Formats: sequence, C-alpha cells, structure tokens
Amino acid sequence: MNAFAILWMVPLFPLLAAGVSALLPRKARKPAAGLAIGAMACSLTLSLMALANALNQAQSSPGTVQTWNFPWFQIGETWVRLGWLLDPLTALMLVMVCFVGLLIFIYSVGYMAHDSNFTRFFCFLSLFAAAMLGLLISNSLLLLFICWELVGLTSYLLIGFWFHKPSAAAAAKKAFITTRIGDMAFLLGIVWLYSATGTLLFYDHGAGCLEAGAIGELLRTVTHPGMTAATAISLLIFLGAVGKSGQFPLHTWLPDAMEGPTPVSALIHAATMVAAGVFLVARVYPLMAAVPDSQAVPVQEVMHASATAPAGEAAHAPSHHAAANAPVVSTALKVVTWTGILTAIMAAGIAIAQNDIKRILAYSTVSQLGFMMMGIGTGGVAVGMFHLITHAFFKALLFMGAGSVIHGCHEEQDIRLMGGLRKFMPVTFLTYAIGMMALSGVPLFFSGFWSKDAILHAAHGWAPSTAPFYLGLLGALLTAFYMTRQVCLVFFGAPRLGTGAQHGHTPEPPHESPAVMVVPLMLLAACALLLGFLGTPAWPWFQGFINGSGSHLDMGELWAAENLRMMGLSALVVLLGVTLGWWYYGRTSPVVGEPDPLLRISPDIYSLLENKGYLDQVYEATVVRGHAAWAAGCAWADIWLWGSLVDATRYATLGLSWCNRLIDEFLVNGLFDRFSEGLRICGGTTSRWQNGRIQFYLRFIGAGFVLLTLVLIWRSRE
Amino acid sequence: MAAWSIYISFIGAGLIAMLPRNRAHLAPWLALLSAFAGFAFALTGAFDPNPGSFHILARHSWIDAMGATYLLGIDGISLTLILLTGLAAICGILFSWNIRERAPEFFALYLALIGSVYGVFLSFDLLLFFVFYELAIVPKYFLIAIYGSTRREYGAMKLALYSFVGSAMVLVGLLAAYAISGGETFDLVKLAQHPFPREFQMWAFPLVFTGFAILAGLWPFHTWAPTGHVAAPTGASMLLAGVIMKLGAYGCLRVAITLFPRGLEPWGFSVIGFGSWQDVFGFLAVTGIVSGAMVALVQRDFKFVIGYSSVSHMGFVLLGLVTLSTIGMRGAILQMFSHGVIAGLLFGVVGRMVYDRTHTRDLDLLSGFRLNQALPFACAIFCLAGFASMGMPGFSGFVAELQVLSGAWHSFPLLTLVSGVGIVIGVAYTLRAMQKAFFTTPPPTPVTQGTHHEMDGAPITLPEKIGAVILITTSLVVGLYPGILLRWIDEGLASPLFDLLRQGGLS
Repeated sequence: MNAFAILWMVPLFPLLAAGVSALLPRKARKPAAGLAIGAMACSLTLSLMALANALNQAQSSPGTVQTWNFPWFQIGETWVRLGWLLDPLTALMLVMVCFVGLLIFIYSVGYMAHDSNFTRFFCFLSLFAAAMLGLLISNSLLLLFICWELVGLTSYLLIGFWFHKPSAAAAAKKAFITTRIGDMAFLLGIVWLYSATGTLLFYDHGAGCLEAGAIGELLRTVTHPGMTAATAISLLIFLGAVGKSGQFPLHTWLPDAMEGPTPVSALIHAATMVAAGVFLVARVYPLMAAVPDSQAVPVQEVMHASATAPAGEAAHAPSHHAAANAPVVSTALKVVTWTGILTAIMAAGIAIAQNDIKRILAYSTVSQLGFMMMGIGTGGVAVGMFHLITHAFFKALLFMGAGSVIHGCHEEQDIRLMGGLRKFMPVTFLTYAIGMMALSGVPLFFSGFWSKDAILHAAHGWAPSTAPFYLGLLGALLTAFYMTRQVCLVFFGAPRLGTGAQHGHTPEPPHESPAVMVVPLMLLAACALLLGFLGTPAWPWFQGFINGSGSHLDMGELWAAENLRMMGLSALVVLLGVTLGWWYYGRTSPVVGEPDPLLRISPDIYSLLENKGYLDQVYEATVVRGHAAWAAGCAWADIWLWGSLVDATRYATLGLSWCNRLIDEFLVNGLFDRFSEGLRICGGTTSRWQNGRIQFYLRFIGAGFVLLTLVLIWRSRE
Repeated sequence: MAAWSIYISFIGAGLIAMLPRNRAHLAPWLALLSAFAGFAFALTGAFDPNPGSFHILARHSWIDAMGATYLLGIDGISLTLILLTGLAAICGILFSWNIRERAPEFFALYLALIGSVYGVFLSFDLLLFFVFYELAIVPKYFLIAIYGSTRREYGAMKLALYSFVGSAMVLVGLLAAYAISGGETFDLVKLAQHPFPREFQMWAFPLVFTGFAILAGLWPFHTWAPTGHVAAPTGASMLLAGVIMKLGAYGCLRVAITLFPRGLEPWGFSVIGFGSWQDVFGFLAVTGIVSGAMVALVQRDFKFVIGYSSVSHMGFVLLGLVTLSTIGMRGAILQMFSHGVIAGLLFGVVGRMVYDRTHTRDLDLLSGFRLNQALPFACAIFCLAGFASMGMPGFSGFVAELQVLSGAWHSFPLLTLVSGVGIVIGVAYTLRAMQKAFFTTPPPTPVTQGTHHEMDGAPITLPEKIGAVILITTSLVVGLYPGILLRWIDEGLASPLFDLLRQGGLS
C-alpha cells in the first residue's frame, strides 16, 4: 500500500475518534481514552509508513515533493483546489507529532484520572491532533489556514478546560484573541497572495505559489513603501506565525496558557501547536527567502565571489549549512531572525525571575521558539526544524515531568516550596534532569546541544550581521542558568513541601507518579538523548534529508577547526551557566536531614524567613545582579510595556466601542426620535383643526371665500 | 413549481386565521406543515434540469395600462435565498412552539410574512416586487408590537418607519426608471437591458441603493435592526435577522446594481478621498462592520450583542456587493445565506432557549444560572454557532467572508485591512458573551447566595433541538462543501441580467 495515497487518513483517525467520543456519554471514560489512543497509534503507524516512503523518495529523486490536489469548489471557470503533500519536512513532523501525541495521550490517562470531564478532554485532544496533522500535510495555504484556525480553537477549548477558574477562562480568551490578531494578518496575506498569483496550492507541477513562476511574478511587483509583493506577503504570513508561536510582541498569551491542564501544556503549548508557526515559516521558506535577481547578485559581489570562489569553496565546502553561500538575505528573513533572537533573549531573561514551575517552562518555550525562528532565518529550514524536533521531545518531557512533580506534590506549582524531590521521585528526577540538560545544551550526549549548536553555527556565518550570534550565546547562557536554578530548587536541597504559609497542616510526603505517567517520560528521555545524533556535523543526516542533498558519515568533520571552535565555545557558555546556577541555588541550599532549628519552633516564620532571605540573598549577589536587573527589566517591560500596550488597546477598543454605542443610542436614535416626535407634534397640531365643529369649518370656508374673492377682484383689475 | 411556495404560505396563513377557537392547538402543526410544504416547493427549484440559470415561472397580465405583469422567475440567486427562507421559516416555527397566547394569529401573521418574502425573491416585475416588499412590512409590525418584549411598540414603530422611508426612496427611483425607459414596462429583464443615461444613474443609484440598504442594516441607518431584533419574539427575530435583512441586500443587488450599474462609476472628481458612490458605500459598509462589532462588545443585553453582530455581518454583504467583482458578489450572496442561518440560530438560542427560561438577558445576571450545567445543549449549540459566527473555517461564514475579502482586496485594499479589525473584534464580543452567559461561576457572595435562581422548563424541548440541529448542520454542510450553493450563485451572476454590469467592467 502506498503510504502517500492514504496520507489523508493520518488526520482522519483522530477526527473520527473526536467525533465518536463527542457522542459518548460522560461516563464512558475508558472507551473515550481507548479510542483516542488507538486512533493516535493508527496515525503513528501511517506516519512511519509515510516517513519510509519519503526516505525512498529521497533516495530515488531527492528534492521532490509528492502532491495530490483535489477540487473544493468552483469560482467561475477556476476551481479552488486543496491538496496534501509529502516531503521530508512533513514526514518528520508527522512522526514527531504522532509520537509525542501518543505518549501524551497515554500520560493524560493518569494525569486526568480524577477529572469529571475526562471524556470531553479526550474528545478535544483528538480534535486537536486531527487539526494539527491536517495542518502538516496540507498542500494549500487555504487548507493550512483552516487547520490553523481549528488548532487555535481547540487550544482555546483546552486552555479553558477548567473554565470554572476565572484565570483559566481569561487566559483562554486572551490566547484566542491574541493569536487571532496574527491570524488576521495571515488571512490578508492569503487574500493578497491569491489575488496576485491566482493559486494557493504550494506545489502544483510548476503552477503553485511556492514555485518559480509565481515567486518571480511576486518579486516583480513592487508595492507601496518600495518593498516587493513577495516581501509584503511574507511579512503578513509571518505575523500569523508570530501570533501562533508566541513571538514578540504577541507572546504574552503563551505563559498565561499554562492555566490549562499540564498534558495540554506539554502537547499544544510546547511540542506541537506553538511550533506550527515555525513550521509555517519553514513551509513558505521559498517565498520568504526570495530575493529579486537584480538584488541577489550585485556587480561587485559577483566579482568578489568569482575571485574568491575557489578558495572559499575549498574552505567551506564541507560545511553543512547553507546560509554561508547566500550573500543577500531577503528582508523577510531578516525580520524573522531579529524577531526570533529578540524573543529568545527576552523570554530567557524573564524565565529567571519566575517561580511557577510551568511558567518557567512556558517562557523557556517562547525563548526556544525564538531560537528556531532565528535558525530558519539564518541557516534555512533544516537548522530551524532540527531544533524544532529535538525541542519538541525534550520540552514535552520537561512539561510532563513538571506535571508529574505537580501531581506528586499535590498540585503545588511554586518551586520555592518544593526541594529535595529527587529522593521521592527518582524516575521523574532522572528524566527531568535529562530534559534539563538537553534544553541547556550540555555537550555531546544531549540533543539540545547539537541542534542549538547548528543554530549558533548558522548565526555565526550570517551575512547581514554577527549580532544574532553573540545574542544567541547570551541566550544559551541564560537558558543553562534558569534551568539549573529550577532543577536545584525542585529536586535538590531540603524538602520544603508543605512549609508554605498556605499549608498549615502536615502534608503527605510527595510520591512518585503511576507507571502510566512515568513510562512515557522514560521514552521521551531516550529520545531527548538519541535524537541529537541525527544532525551532528559528523553525520548531518537530518539536514541532508530536509534539503534533499544526501549525507555521509565523516568523523573528521568533528575535528574541523571551525566546528570544534564553535562546539567548544557553546560548551563553555553552557558550563558557565550551569555553574553559576549551581553556585547560587544548589550550593547554599539547606542540607537534607538537618532541619533548621527554627523549623521545629515555628514552621510558618521559618518558611517566611527562609524564602524571603533566600531570594534576597540571591538577588543581592553581585554576578546575578546583572541577570536580575535584566530579568526584572524584561519582566517589567512584559507586564507594563507590552502588557499595558495590550491593555491599552483593549481599553481603547472598549472606549471607542462605548462611543459608538452612545452615538447609536443618542445621536442616531435621538435624531430619529426627535424627527418622529416633530412629525407627531405636527400631526397633533393639524389634527386639532379637525375638531368636528361645523362653525369652525364654516369660519375657515368663509375666510377662504373672502380671500378668494379679493384675489379675483385684484386680478380682474389688472 | 417553486412559485407555489408563495401560495402555500398564504393559504396556510388563511387557514390558520380561520381556525376555530377550540382548535387553536392545531395552529403550530398547520404552520409547520405549510412551512415544510413551502420549503419543499422551493427545493423543487434545485431539481430543474438547469437550476442556476434564469427562467420564468409564471407570466400573466396584471395592470395592462401600466405595462405591469405578474411575472415570477427564478435564478441561482433567488433559489439560494428561497431555500434560506424555507429553512428559516421551519426553524422559526419550531422555536415558536411554546407560544400559547393568541397563537393562531401569530402563526397566520408569520406565514403571511414568509409568503411575502418568497414573493420578493421570486418577482421579476418591479411593481410586483415592490408590492411584495411592502406587504412584508405589515405582518412584521404586528408580530413585534403584539408578541414582542422590551419596548416592543417603539421597536415595531421604528422598524416600520425605517422600512417605509426606505420604500419611499425605492419607489421614487423605480418610477423614475419606469418613466425614463419609456413608460412601457416594469419587466426587470427588459429594464436591465435598457441603457439609462449616466447622469440619471448617478442619482438614481444612490437613492435606490440606500433605500434598500436601510433594510440591510447600512450604517448609519442600522439602529432599527438591534432595537427591532430585541423587541421581536424569538421566531420573528430569527426571521428578521435571517431573512428580512436579506430582502434589503437582495434589492440592492437585484434592482440598484442591476439597473443602474453606471452609478458606481467614478464621479470624475473626489471629495475627501471619495471618488465614486462605490467608495462611499464601501466605506459605510466597513464602518458598519467595525462599528457594529464594537457596539456589540459593550452590550449588557445578550440579545443586543447578537443584534449588533447582525449589523456587522451584514456589512460584509454590502461590502461584497459594491466590490463589483464576481468573487466579492458571490461572497456577498453566500454571506446572506450563511448569516441567515447562523444569526437565526443565535437568536433562537438567546431568545428561546435562554430568555424564555431565565427571563433575563442581562449578561451579568445570567452567570447566576450556571447555564453550562443547567442547559448543556443550549451551551453546546451556542458555542458552535458562536464559532461559526466568528468565521471559523468549516462553517459557512468563513468561505463567504473569505470571498468578500478577496473581492474587496482589489477595490479597497485599505478598507479590507480595517474590516480585518472588525473580524478580530467579532471574536472578542462572541467570546465575551459566550463566557459571561454560559461559563461564569459567580463568586459566592452573600448577595448571590440569598437569591435562588429558578428556571422554567429546564430541559431543552425536542422542537428546539430539531431546529438547532437543522441550522447548524446547514452551516457546516455549506462550509465544508460551498460548491453546493456557489454553483447556482455563479450561474445566477452569469445571467444576461448582469450584462450592463459586465460591460461596465465587472471583473
């Protein structure tokens, strides 16, 4: 069976599961979960078949895209067509989403076991999976947008799943409206693209909107402020990605979205949906990267290139990234890069100052998404997508680990109130530590190291500016720091659970989570370790597969001077971050087994002092002061500047709305009412003359008669 | 056969009016039967060998001296709208099932209104068209004034006055067109081929267009709509939003744009950026989209939210019509259908399912009822309808608004951007109303604890469920496979009626 021909069944399984479980009664918990998991397993099987198919395709004819288009509805003579496609990008994403999704579905069975709306939860999850998978396989910007909106809708439903919490309801609304702002720009981009090229299919045997003909056409059209239509459309589409992927300045919804259940945060707001924006940029990369011919090869550039070409090729030929070969970068990609790096360091800064275990991870997600955008902007699709895939695994792992911690700590989310959990939750600790090291980019054995290294490498060779490279190093430092802080506070030191002011009673000790939650953690941890080896400089299989250029094993690459320098530098930065984090959070933590004497006398005062003193001590420290100021500044900007910008927009909209309402009710209606009232008064006055008294009428007739006679006499005199 | 949908409605109205007092309980059944029959007759239009193209259903002499004939016809556009009318009629009756007081009169008036609406959509003689158009005003006045709620006399009177002012403007334009064309015929097909002088079209177009657009909720003549919708009983507000507002938009397309297409040409000079009536009406339509959405955002009355959302959505219809592009006009007609279905459903949920049980429409008070637990079906349906209303893909609104925006992009790029803002606000007010009404749990303060909210007839009845499912399914089917209607609409737009428009540069 050809996996490509039945690719449409990948989203169909979860969709059917969602439809059936929507009709199930509330009590049918097991059938609902079983349906969702079974559907996901079927999709995973199909995705693996699709991946095998794509691998074969890459062997026989690299760089081609398999497409299948079908008509949706007719507009005059032309048909609006939708379709699906299979290329390495789609195949890899499919496997990732299905695999991570399946594990999270299984994990949810344990996590949501006590929820009364268990059935509804799995219905929404399946619907999400269907929309997300549909998004990945669509060969039409329109179909992609449809799935994109459905994904946003299910995200809204799932963030607000516990709608009885006002904060969750508000977060859901905020997420939906904020991303919808980006989506409007996206929609306008689609409309523009359609009116300019007449098609929304990506690939259509030469007639698609991502193929040479259409892009050449778009590059020739110059619009208002002197940019080409290609740039303008790219930027509009990118705005959609900014909203969905939580990029600055539309990122504020993502941390709030952590109000949803933790499996939702892991699946939607870490691994898959938020990455859809990055995927979109990758999908329309040909459009984003397009530069006019005249600009692409300026005269002196040509001379320069031809003069240095042999030497340059000799030096850089083994290099596995593509950016160094492209001297001119399109405006759209510059915007993507700068937005990405700005988001990356800003969110990493904020993450340092957070105390909620999930919010730290949320800001970390925002930051990593920024890295991915920067990767695509500087190094092309493969670099960004590699980080996307590795990140999906280790961030899902971290979120599920955090869920396990929260579950084990009886719904406690404040990391200052945890501590010492490695004794109570050994498996969670171990897997979480792997995730943390992968995210921080600890060298050699963790996937995050290789994917982040690829991004930094690409940024180093980026023609327009080297600033993103140095900022990226700063981001890597911050990442290692806040992750070490989190792990130290949660898993090391003395157990502080239940010592918080809100827990007066002696709590049960934290416990390890059930197997249904722990086993997925272990599987993800294995992936977080192993996946990195798919894209090392020695064997850039991933990059080769995505770019359609093939790859081979060459251990010598690792020792190439440039690669070694880069790896050494990023390793150094990570070690510095980890050491600093440990120095301030791990070293000075209270020793286990020796409770502070104050604790025995008065636990409340102890915890108060402990926590306050702890924080003060930390933020007084000189080295951290810079970090803290930066973090506080970013948090301040987030809350006051960007937050207030959002609020100001909100109040301005509401104010204007009130004005409109008042205009309607007083001006428009008032005029109408006054006019009607005037008519009524006129009517009243005239009706008074019709009083039915003959004398009154006769008097008028008499007066009229006299008047008429006078007029007639007057006229006859002339 | 489709013409019989007119007659069967009036026959049903007559029969119900003559029901003896002790048989009053039969009224809803009889009404439902007539509405079904009307819909079935309308549906026969879809089974013609060539359903989208224009053909004549009936032609009889009527007032020979004036050249007025009794001329009924049908094309793809009419077909789409009479199907909408049939659906809205059936569902409106299902949602009015609980009317007990003076029920026979209610259903008789209701069917008379439906009959007139069918008449408008099927007349191809301008005088006949106008007669049906006027005939529709009478029953809706009584429906609101007798059976309505909040400020019903005011709402009914306002609706009637606005309608009559609009009609007066239309009548002047029609008579002038009749006179200038030689005073021989009111036949729309013939008049549509008549080349009226450009100067005449320049003033006749805005006059007739505005006259009709008042009924379609053109800003700033839109305030009758929310007031009227709120005052009307549920079934009537479903018809008002679902079908009556479409009469106006249909008139704009069928009469104003068809007869006076050159009225949209540039004036040759520009006043504060406006260079033609096209610019003016495009601007007003977009203002309606944004302003309607904004006002909906700050309402406390649940029904006013939906009322103003209708103004906003009808703005898309008017915008699509004045884009003068095939894709924009096609989108406008699809939006007429889509809005008729979705707004009808929203009014049904708010007016019948919620208000009839809670007796309040105040969004702040509704939170005390915990409606998501008390009325789970109403909650689910409102969520679906709300998502449809905010233009979620998969529902009919998305395809319609997408096409309107694509059409508008050519004619007014800047205004298209602004209407995008309207869509975002549309999301905001829908979510706000949805969360306030259904998903807010009030904090247990002493005040709310004391008041115990009681609800009448909590479970949703079967007729309501059937009506809601019909409407939401229709929206889904059209959203997933819009070709089902677009095929007819396209053929309708390709008919010789629009020849002059095409010569004038319809793209």
